[in-house]
Amino acid sequence: MRSGRIRGWLDERLPIGDVIETLRHKTVPHHRYSLWYYFGGMTLFLFGIQVGTGALLLLYYRPSAAEAYESVQFIVTRVPFGWLVRSIHAWSANLMVASAVAHLFSVLFLHAYRRPRELTWLSGVLLLLLTLAFGFTGYLLPWNEVSFFATRVGTDIAAAVPLIGRGIVRFMRGGDDVTGATLTRLFGFHVAVLPAVATGLVALHLLLVQRHGMSVPPSVERRAAGDPAAVRAMPFIPHFLLRDLFAWTLVLAVLAALSTFYPWELGTKADPFAPAPAGIRPEWYFLWAFETLKHVPPAVAGINGELVAVAVMAAGALVALLLPFLAGHTPRTRRVVVWAGGAALVFMAIMTGLALSAVAP
Amino acid sequence: MHPVDPRISAPGRRSVLNWLLGLWGGGVCGAVLYPVARYLAPPDVPEAATQSVLAGSAQSLVPNSGRVVPFGSRPAIVIRTAGGDLRAFSATCTHLDCTVQYRPDLQRIWCACHNGQYDLTGRNVAGPPPRPLEAFDVNVNDDQIALSRRS
Repeated sequence: MRSGRIRGWLDERLPIGDVIETLRHKTVPHHRYSLWYYFGGMTLFLFGIQVGTGALLLLYYRPSAAEAYESVQFIVTRVPFGWLVRSIHAWSANLMVASAVAHLFSVLFLHAYRRPRELTWLSGVLLLLLTLAFGFTGYLLPWNEVSFFATRVGTDIAAAVPLIGRGIVRFMRGGDDVTGATLTRLFGFHVAVLPAVATGLVALHLLLVQRHGMSVPPSVERRAAGDPAAVRAMPFIPHFLLRDLFAWTLVLAVLAALSTFYPWELGTKADPFAPAPAGIRPEWYFLWAFETLKHVPPAVAGINGELVAVAVMAAGALVALLLPFLAGHTPRTRRVVVWAGGAALVFMAIMTGLALSAVAP
Repeated sequence: MHPVDPRISAPGRRSVLNWLLGLWGGGVCGAVLYPVARYLAPPDVPEAATQSVLAGSAQSLVPNSGRVVPFGSRPAIVIRTAGGDLRAFSATCTHLDCTVQYRPDLQRIWCACHNGQYDLTGRNVAGPPPRPLEAFDVNVNDDQIALSRRS
């Protein structure tokens, strides 16, 4: 048989057989919280869609202040299915942030960051931050009014950092103001630097997930001690894989519906000498930070208000990053983690709600 | 006479080589990283500091309205107050760099980004802005508004 010969030739050179053999023996724990295992895979699926649609957009997009808006306009009005590709890229980005956030909080509440999965958590939080960086850098690329001011505000926040703040702003903007130089710079990060880093981190994250397997939540572990039927093992192939594919199909359906019925708007072209339009706000996942900045007074205890806000947010990110090393292994510290995570979630939800309901005076 | 222990002399030579190797490695890293770091920081593009600009017709600016105009590479705002006075300020909000606009209903300068407000002397009076707006001198010549930086 010819196909047998080809397989034999490949097997000698590529360890595919080993990989398939390993996957065939792989099992996934099955219990009442198993649903949350699917969010990581969904995020990965959406990342794949971003790579694909992003590559397609690159064929027509032109990264300069003079041409960016027009080239996106060309994509959505003239290129066949261009509107769909751009709409999927924009919607998929939003779903990816949502799915990554859901993944992070489920891992937090189910305590999957515990030993020996500290590095899995660390790479995961870094990947979420990278996802947000993708969102921030991609937002400016159509060079429209809303994204122009959002980028001016977003980059200027760094100016609050003492000593090096101004330097960071100049580094991000490619100069003192948001100009075409900023556009090319953020474009370079969006399509080259961030994807390279993200690919490496995703590979590490997946490798670690394979190495350690899925974490079983402590509460389920306790139940299983008395009742072994509380945790059953599900074969990865085909049971878990098919469920994963079902979840991906569901995501694809939602994505197609959103992109078709609510195509992403392009807005009006950025004009550096027009006032910021009323009702301006960033994407929904930055809304909580935006609303917080609105309520911070110019000075807190004699210190620049933004600096205080930025310091608190940076400290929050640092705590999230180092959570497995800070949280102990007792039920008591686990309760603290749940309460802190819940409080953060509630705070962000309230701030987002306030921002959504805010009307201009 | 004791024979020289080979273990004594060997580490000496090795540590010198390691030290040289480290020096070489550090040099290579430095030679790569220093230009990259310098490359990342955008060069200063010298720009003649704009001292004054024309800001359009004075007649067309009706009382209780404002207009944003370029002042060099940054925006400026010219306002005609309800009383008929012309005033001009930098239009860059001192909070987070947005461009402000005139709100006739509030009779104030307003920033849409974080709801900062300035009164008609440019003073920050509500919301998060930490400083007043820089004021410019306004002159009218043959119906042309001219803005100039205060020396």
